[in-house]
Amino acid sequence: MRYLPLDAEEREVMLARIGVPDIEALFADIPVDKRTAELMDMPRAMGEMAVERKVAAIAGHSRPAGSMPFFLGAGVYKRHIPASVDHLIQRSEFLTSYTPYQPEIAQGTLQVLFEFQTQVAALTGMEVANASMYDGSTACGEAMLMAHRLTKRRKAILSGGLHPQYADVAATLAHMAGDAIVRLPPDVRAAEDIAAAIDGETSCVMVQSPDFFGNPRSLEPVAAAAHAKGALLVAVFTDPVSLSALRSPGEMDADIAVGEGQGIGNALSFGGPYVGLFATRTKYVRQMPGRLAGETVDADGRRSFVLTLSTREQHIRREKATSNICTNSGLCALAFSIHLTLLGEAGLKRLAAVNHANAVQLADRLAAIPGVEIVNPHFFNEFTMRTARPAAELIEDLASRGIIGGLPASRLLPDAGLDDCVIVASTEVNDDGDRAAYARALADSLRKKRA
Amino acid sequence: MNIQARPTRAEVEAAAALPETFTGDRALEVEEALLFEIGRPEATGVDIEEPAPFGSRLGPHGREKALDLPGLTEPEAVRHYVRLSRKNYAIDLGIYPLGSCTMKHNPRLNEKLARLPGFADVHPLQPETTAQGALEVIEALAKALMTMTGMSAVAMSPKAGAHGELCGMMAIKAAIEARGEAERRKVVLVPDSAHGTNPATAALLGFSVRAVAAGEDGVVSVEAVKNALAPDVAAIMLTNPNTCGLFERDIVGVAEAVHEAGAYFYCDGANFNAIVGKTKPGDLGVDAMHINLHKTFSTPHGGGGPGAGPVVLSKRLAPYAPVPFLKREGANLRLVEHAEGTQSFGRMTAFHGQMGMFVRALAFILSHGADGLKQASEDAVLSANYIRACLNDVMSAPFGDRVCMHEVLFDDRWLKDTGVTTLDFAKAMIDEGFHPMTVYFPLIVHGAMLIEPTESESKASLDLFIMTLRDLVFAVQAGKKERFLPAPVYAPRRRLDETRAARQPVLRWTRPSAL
Amino acid sequence: MADVRYTKDHEYVRIEGDEGVVGISDYAQKQLGDVVFAEAPPVGKKLNVGEAAAVVESVKAASDVFAPVSGEVVAVNSNVEASPGIINEDAIGRGWLFRIKLADRSELGSLMDEAAYANYVKTLD
Repeated sequence: MRYLPLDAEEREVMLARIGVPDIEALFADIPVDKRTAELMDMPRAMGEMAVERKVAAIAGHSRPAGSMPFFLGAGVYKRHIPASVDHLIQRSEFLTSYTPYQPEIAQGTLQVLFEFQTQVAALTGMEVANASMYDGSTACGEAMLMAHRLTKRRKAILSGGLHPQYADVAATLAHMAGDAIVRLPPDVRAAEDIAAAIDGETSCVMVQSPDFFGNPRSLEPVAAAAHAKGALLVAVFTDPVSLSALRSPGEMDADIAVGEGQGIGNALSFGGPYVGLFATRTKYVRQMPGRLAGETVDADGRRSFVLTLSTREQHIRREKATSNICTNSGLCALAFSIHLTLLGEAGLKRLAAVNHANAVQLADRLAAIPGVEIVNPHFFNEFTMRTARPAAELIEDLASRGIIGGLPASRLLPDAGLDDCVIVASTEVNDDGDRAAYARALADSLRKKRA
Repeated sequence: MNIQARPTRAEVEAAAALPETFTGDRALEVEEALLFEIGRPEATGVDIEEPAPFGSRLGPHGREKALDLPGLTEPEAVRHYVRLSRKNYAIDLGIYPLGSCTMKHNPRLNEKLARLPGFADVHPLQPETTAQGALEVIEALAKALMTMTGMSAVAMSPKAGAHGELCGMMAIKAAIEARGEAERRKVVLVPDSAHGTNPATAALLGFSVRAVAAGEDGVVSVEAVKNALAPDVAAIMLTNPNTCGLFERDIVGVAEAVHEAGAYFYCDGANFNAIVGKTKPGDLGVDAMHINLHKTFSTPHGGGGPGAGPVVLSKRLAPYAPVPFLKREGANLRLVEHAEGTQSFGRMTAFHGQMGMFVRALAFILSHGADGLKQASEDAVLSANYIRACLNDVMSAPFGDRVCMHEVLFDDRWLKDTGVTTLDFAKAMIDEGFHPMTVYFPLIVHGAMLIEPTESESKASLDLFIMTLRDLVFAVQAGKKERFLPAPVYAPRRRLDETRAARQPVLRWTRPSAL
Repeated sequence: MADVRYTKDHEYVRIEGDEGVVGISDYAQKQLGDVVFAEAPPVGKKLNVGEAAAVVESVKAASDVFAPVSGEVVAVNSNVEASPGIINEDAIGRGWLFRIKLADRSELGSLMDEAAYANYVKTLD
């Protein structure tokens, strides 16, 4: 078998050296009546060609985003990723290395993490960032727990503009940990009064900007209101490119900034793997979960990097750890870092400008269609559209016409009175042809409904 | 006649001190600066055209603070990262014998298939009719995991092993709540040898941890468990095979005792590689077990992640599984994304799980098949015992000379009074061209050394590893401390000042202020 | 001669009138390695004997410091929080963690004196 180097003769030699008659002797501790004779319902080994054929056939049952005009975001964004990113992350030394526990032979990984941490801090406008979390939603949950530890309070307030699945993750965690959570109702027009919900028992307020419906929010007043009551502001984002165009969490006086890094360097990949970004103030660093790469020197005085402040983590603190987390999202963080390096400040600003310009053009085109309302006065690359036709039906109809028109809000927020809302995104991958196709299909679809 | 002679052999001279170089580099061993020291704000490796002027809709929310992010052109970026990559050890370079990490070969077919557009370029929230291929992979992998473990259900969404532990324990907590026993059952039994994620997970959920001690033979006895069981116990968390590399012989009895006491059995599946195709956790009485796809099923470790930790569940726990889960409706697969109307305990993560890892794991399972998977486990266990047999005359084992599973554990009694510690020994292995084994884990063994070769090592590789370790042992015995105390001397860096890194944390690059 | 008592967990309490000065022993600091972080309990906190009172961390380990006696914390050593290395340099003297007002002097009877502790430490290695 192509992945198993030992041959029959070698196995015999090894068994003899061990001093047992056969391989079963090494499994003697398994109770006799619990031994598996054969794995049933599972085919036998397959060669590469056969596996490729089988799996590629399955892949053919999906319609890739790149095969049609694509306008869906809602927390995951289709980006053009430069070709060198994927090549570099497949270098053996990046792909097949482990957590850098032996720093002398892991300076590659450690320096990359140090650079990544610096990039994330700069992008979020915060003082310090960690070496990544699993994704934006779990980072959100961890931020909530961190706020509880810092304030010694256990009630979180979630904005009605927070991604519904992020809110669900936080709510599940809170319920299981025995903590209180207040979920403000879905807030399509960014009109909620979060400050009014904060009291002396609030540990944190979690607000997303741009929010789930596409509204950018200036959070300075929320930060002030939270701080006045001894609570913390957790600023959440789902498209890291938005941070270069809009006021950053740091500028808005957030205490913790968390979000999804997928939008830089990582493919859509049907839900994962992604990369959670987590940044905070230096004074809170000991309560920050996740790994941290720090700078130091080696025995020869040369600058080096090492995982540090590990005593917060599970392998040392065990039940007193800041979190139970073990892995970060190393390879995805590397992809993020490489893509961001290739963009640089200038490239990133232009990328953000193109995203915004495309969204503006699309919004204007769609708004010109009778029966279409664009809800947001302000947006970055995502906005909410209302039409006469139920959104779920509309999106299915558009899909049958070869257009992915966005997310029907009711898919993530059923029973919220948002059945007529579609959340539409536009990134740099869309061109005039895409926009024209969308407008045409939407007009047709709405006309059909009226008829 | 051309009599311009030139030497065609290296002239051998008396050994002299190696000369310094201008760059500080040594041929292929190069130093690499930080991105922030070589990048420029205007440099870019991506050509993007500024859009034509248009009316901004950002409103008053525009960013004011400078970004301060350097860029590099493509050739510079490629060099930066390639140079950095060469400072890493990797499975592709040599044996990576980290106990409990299962550093097996990462097949490249898996990389190719994960990148197929029908998986990689599909958005999690696309209309389900356009994502059937992706959903089919999840279904196929779920089936395979249930077949291998003999369990009824599987939660696919957890993003890593520790996340899977959280999921399994949340399902258990939900089951206990459903029985109305949440106030009563607040204790989780955890062996001292457990990985730190186990007690951390329990504490996160508001449980208190009660230790269960292993016996002299390194495994947990039914007696010990029965003594620790009480009406306040919600669950036991056991790793099997355990972190000492031993199969928990009494596991069936333990499971029965736990169930009789009304509690649940969580199994940490980190060491599943030892028993795939040899026994099924479901047959042993397990209620929930996470599977590390990045261990047993070869998805790449990527310098620390991403992982994936699907959790197989027994019939009793299946109803509480988190959303989303898959449902077949005739020819189509659908996702159930909302917990309302079900007994699901809620949601672990946005979207559906680590799809990229699912494709890789499925490709691994299809490649090996029922026969290959069993062979892989057997080879993993064979190789670990081979190492044990070849080293147990010179290194001390904490639980006597007994058969191990896929990993072999030594302690540091054989190093007593030599002036060399487990750490020193590990660092000397680096100079020999090996990544050290796991050291100082599990905590219950002094100066632990946990070696897991996996089934991917050839016999030649194992023999070289063994002979090298024997050579190092003899060097210790001969008092050759110079091979150990300063080690590593040939790695890109020598030992680091970790004290300084913790006392004066520098966690990001900062622009030096102008003088 | 200062009256110093020790616990089996390697905390010491140096009796000064009706107060005790608490820290970790020299043996403990050696075992821990370079101390990188120390956190004392807040002033005013009332501790029970054996309760986790402070935390001392090295690079590879984190240790709870348990209260050797019951009482109220009346002072903490801010030097040690700023420069944790003092605990390695002078665990018994400048490396003290907090000062506690003794609630029950009879608890001192169950602690070891210097000689007894020195013998105890010998048995550990």
